[in-house]
Order: sequence, then C-alpha cells, then structure tokens
Amino acid sequence: MARPTRAYNADAGDTALERRFVTPEGVDLRLQLASAGERAAAFCIDVFAIVAILTVVSLLLGYTGLATEADEVVIIVWLLLFFFLRSFYFTFFELRPGAATPGKRVLGLRIAPRNGGRLRAEAVFARNAMREIEVFLPISFFFAQGPGGVDGWIIFVGSIWGGIFAFFPLFNRDRLRPGDMIAGTWVVKAPKRRLQEDMARAGEEALPAFQFSAEELDAYGAHELHVLEDVLRTRNEDTIALVADRIRTKIGRNAAPDEDDATFLDAYYAALRARLEQLLLFGVKRRDKHDRDAKP
Amino acid sequence: MTKTKTEMDSVLRSRRFRLEREADWLKLEDLLARVAKGGAAALTNDELVDLPRVYRSTLSALSVARSTSLDKNVIAYLESLSTRAYFFLYGSRASLSDRFMSFLRRDWPLSVRAIWRETVVALAITLLAGAAAFSLVMNDADWFYSFAPADLAGDRSPAASTESLRSTLYDGGGEGLSVFATFLFTHNARVAIFAFALGFAFCIPTVFLLAYNGCVLGAFLALFVSRNLGFELGGWLLIHGVTELFAIILAGAAGLKIGWAVANPGDQTRLAAVAAAGRTASLAVFGVIIMLFLAGLLEGFGRQLITNDLVRYAVALSTGVLWWLYFYGGRVAHEGGLHGEADTRL
Repeated sequence: MARPTRAYNADAGDTALERRFVTPEGVDLRLQLASAGERAAAFCIDVFAIVAILTVVSLLLGYTGLATEADEVVIIVWLLLFFFLRSFYFTFFELRPGAATPGKRVLGLRIAPRNGGRLRAEAVFARNAMREIEVFLPISFFFAQGPGGVDGWIIFVGSIWGGIFAFFPLFNRDRLRPGDMIAGTWVVKAPKRRLQEDMARAGEEALPAFQFSAEELDAYGAHELHVLEDVLRTRNEDTIALVADRIRTKIGRNAAPDEDDATFLDAYYAALRARLEQLLLFGVKRRDKHDRDAKP
Repeated sequence: MTKTKTEMDSVLRSRRFRLEREADWLKLEDLLARVAKGGAAALTNDELVDLPRVYRSTLSALSVARSTSLDKNVIAYLESLSTRAYFFLYGSRASLSDRFMSFLRRDWPLSVRAIWRETVVALAITLLAGAAAFSLVMNDADWFYSFAPADLAGDRSPAASTESLRSTLYDGGGEGLSVFATFLFTHNARVAIFAFALGFAFCIPTVFLLAYNGCVLGAFLALFVSRNLGFELGGWLLIHGVTELFAIILAGAAGLKIGWAVANPGDQTRLAAVAAAGRTASLAVFGVIIMLFLAGLLEGFGRQLITNDLVRYAVALSTGVLWWLYFYGGRVAHEGGLHGEADTRL
C-alpha cells in the first residue's frame, strides 16, 4: 500500500499542504490536503443542503398532514428524517465511490485513508459520528440560555471546551478534525482537470519566422515559462501586448515591422520550452530567471 | 545558435510525447467518468481488463512528464487523473449491501468482543451509580428530584400515589404511542453517538454520561421499590431495557476505548492508536444504533401490547440470551482478527 509522508521536494508549489504519497507502482502522487477554508466552505454547503431538504419536506409533510389528518405518521416521518439527515447525511455520501459529500464535490475535495489503504465504511461512520461533539456540542453551548451566575460560567467554560473541538483542524499540520483522527482519514484535493491544448503547437508553426539566440532563451526559467503559458491560454490582447513588450526589452530585441505580438509570444514560448526541456534532459532545472547557476 | 535552430525544426520532444500517449489518458478519463456514474457494471469486460493498463500507462507518463516536460497543464492534468484513478482502483468497490452483510456476520460481534474490558467497566460504572442513587432515594425520597429529569419522569414522582404509579406501568397511553417510540429511538441513538464521541476527551465525559444514566435508573427503581412495585417495574423496564441498556453500555464502552487510546496509546503513536481504537469502536456504535432501533420497537409496541409481568420478563430474558449468544457465543471466522482479513475481501 502507498505510504504517505511529509513533502520533501523543493520544486513543489504549496509545500505546507502537500504530502508525499507513493502508490504501489512507485509514483509519488504529491497529494494536496484541503485547506481549513475549503473544508469550512464545503461544510457550509452541506449544512445549507440539509436545512433546505428539511424545510421542503417539512412544508410538504405539513401540507399532507393537514390534508389527510394523519398527523401521527407525519410526525414519525419527520423525526426519522431529521435523525437520518443529522447522523447519516455525510456518511451516506462519503460511502459512495466519489467519497465526497455534495459540498466537498463542489470544491473538488474527497476523503481518503491516511495510510493509503482502502476507505472503510466504519471509518466514514466514525468520522461523521464525531460531528456530534465538533458541531452540535459547541452550538448547543453557544445557544444555551442561562439565568446568569453559575450557569453562565458553565456555559462560558463549555463554549471554550466545545470550541476546541470545533477549531481542531487549525491546530495541526494535517488539518485533521477529531473525526479524522478517530477514523484515520484526511481530506485531500481531487479536482477534475481538463487536458487543454498544447500551447507549443501554435508556437511551432510560428517559429520558422523567428530566430532566437541561446542568450535570448537563457533570460528566463521554468517559472516564467509557466506564467507565459497562462498568458497565452487566456489570450487577453492587452496582457499579450504588455508581456511581449516586457520580453522584448528584457532580451534586447526589436520588433520586426509587421510583427504580431501574439505570434511573437507563441514562438518565444515554444523556443523557450524547447531550450529549458533540453536543459532538463541534461539534469539542469532552471527554476526562474534568477536561477543563474543552472547551466549545463 | 544554429544548434538551437535545427532542434526547433522538429516537433518538441514533450509535445511528441504527449501526442503519442494522450489516447490512453483520455481513455482512462472516460472510463473513470462512466464508473463514477454507473459503477463498475457500466464497463464491458474488455474495458475492465484495460483499466489497470491505462492507469499504469498514465502513472508512468506522469513520472516521465515531471522529469522531462515543462507543460504545466499536462502535469497538472496527469496528477489529477492519476490521483482519481488511484482512489478508484485501490478504493473499496464492495456494494453497501455486501458491506452491511459482512458487518452483521462478523464485524459487529467481533467489535463487541474486542471491547469487552471497556464493557465491563461501563457496566460497573452504571451499576455503582445506580446503587448509590438507589440508596440515597430510599433514605430520603427528595433525592429523586436531583436525579430524574422532569420531562422523563412525567407524573412519576414521590408525590404521586401508589395507584397512579402502578397505572403508568400498564397504561399504554394509546394515542401518540409510536410517535413516542420514534422520539425515544432518535433521542437514544443520538445519546449513544454522543457517548462514543465524548470518549475522545479522555473518557471523562463518557464516564459522567454513564454514571448519570445509572443514577436515573437507580432513582426510578428506588421510587417504585419503596411502593412495593419493584417487580412490576422490572418487567416494564427490562422488556426493552435489556436491549436498550446493553446498547448504551456498549456505546459508553466504545467511548472509553477511544478515550483510553488517546490517553494511553501504548507502543503505537497516539494517532495510530486512536485510529485503530476508532475503527473497532465505531463498528460497535453503528451496531448500537441498530440495537436501539429494535429497543424502540419493543418499547413502542411490545411493552404496550404485553401487560403481563411474567411474559414481559420472559421477553426480556430471551432478548438477553439472544444478544449474548450473538455477541459472545458464536464462532465467527477469525482469521486475521477484526481488520486483517477484511482488507482483501472488501
């Protein structure tokens, strides 16, 4: 099974939440953990969904209850629905193949076992059973009404105590709730990404019209290449003109009479990528324009 | 300069790589999308066989791309695709009903057996608290009000006459009966989950919850015994109480198991110990919810339909024997313990 450990590689982006996670095939998936903000946002969406379901069903039940006078059945259905939503809404969705509630799916998150094994049903149940003390306990303390005096103090101390559980993910590096600790799970990012067009395709067509010297291509590193990739993908005319100007100044090259900025950038992108990838083959990774020592 | 120029004439190496391999990636993406919608049944046999191949091909493409390509989009795409495929291929694909059957057949009894020490402790706490409350209320009936919550006690209090106390044991209440049973089930199930969750705070709140439950029981028992209704109360209480009290004690035991692992992880790291305890304990607590549901049925229907004390005791005894045999009596397939073997099956 895959064994996750803390991230070690320096080229990765946000290393604070990146975890080494080697599959049995020996490839590090470099899992990104969900941030506390994303977790909170997903939870809010789910709570909103629960409240919406309860409201709609309550209205429907109230209506049928009035119409048929079968209020006993109506109350039973409502009690059971409330119980199952509160205790099993999260469990139900996280047991499905996506291992994510609707809120998590919207944010591109899912739960996964920390040890890389299979996600067990009891782990999903455990992590959500703990919501009783992480969510409902602090809320009940917070809204408890005491007549003052001793009761007020109990509520105050209880709120702090409950707050510790509610804000637990902020106090550890892996953003674990108590439920994640009990269940041995964590919440990771698993967004769906689309395979987009290769930006070097347009560049290679444009390239014959341009000739770049090795010095001109050594002005930048991988970081600038990636920024350029984003610029070309968005195709905003103003940005393209601005960036083309910057690059021409930096490499000391004058625009040819009827040179198109976008075509110039396409060609420069393809040439720069070819140059940096060639260096990569020789084991040299030039991270950015300041990475001057990286020469073959 | 000329060298750079000649290399530019050919296609970029990373682009050529992508053109050669991207058919596999798109195929994997398509298979995953269909599986997410319709489960493994949505794929043909050939596609199922092909799935691991395109997965490995994508993974190896990811390694190659990371060390040779600077196309940001391709690397991000391959990372997300490989991660999703990994979670599918190494995730659990057993259907919910399969998982539930294996829970009934072995995981539930095994988990209850695994927390037997905690169960004994939880039972002892309940009995001690019950005995203490019992003797206090027997000496001074006013103590009853300290233990029994007003909404649960209703008109059963030391102020009530013996006759009206007796009637609460046999009068079903008629209307609103099953509503009350449903309410009790959902209430008790939440208390049970709560007792489990509270164990995380080093057992202490769970111990209080168990002791409080014992106190309420002891106080009621003392009230009825003082009016010579002890035997009758026993039948009224135990017909569902054997199941319900056992369930609550098991929930408390599950909480104690977790709290003990938090406080005293032994040879493992604290996180590993808590996760291991949590797996066992959560199985037991899920079972507790089923027990409470059955207890609710017994309370809502069985107790109202059966008003003969001896029959009530007989039902109580048989439920006790059944639970005992189910949890501790059977010979459950035991290879690899509670979690070892399940790894390959589910």
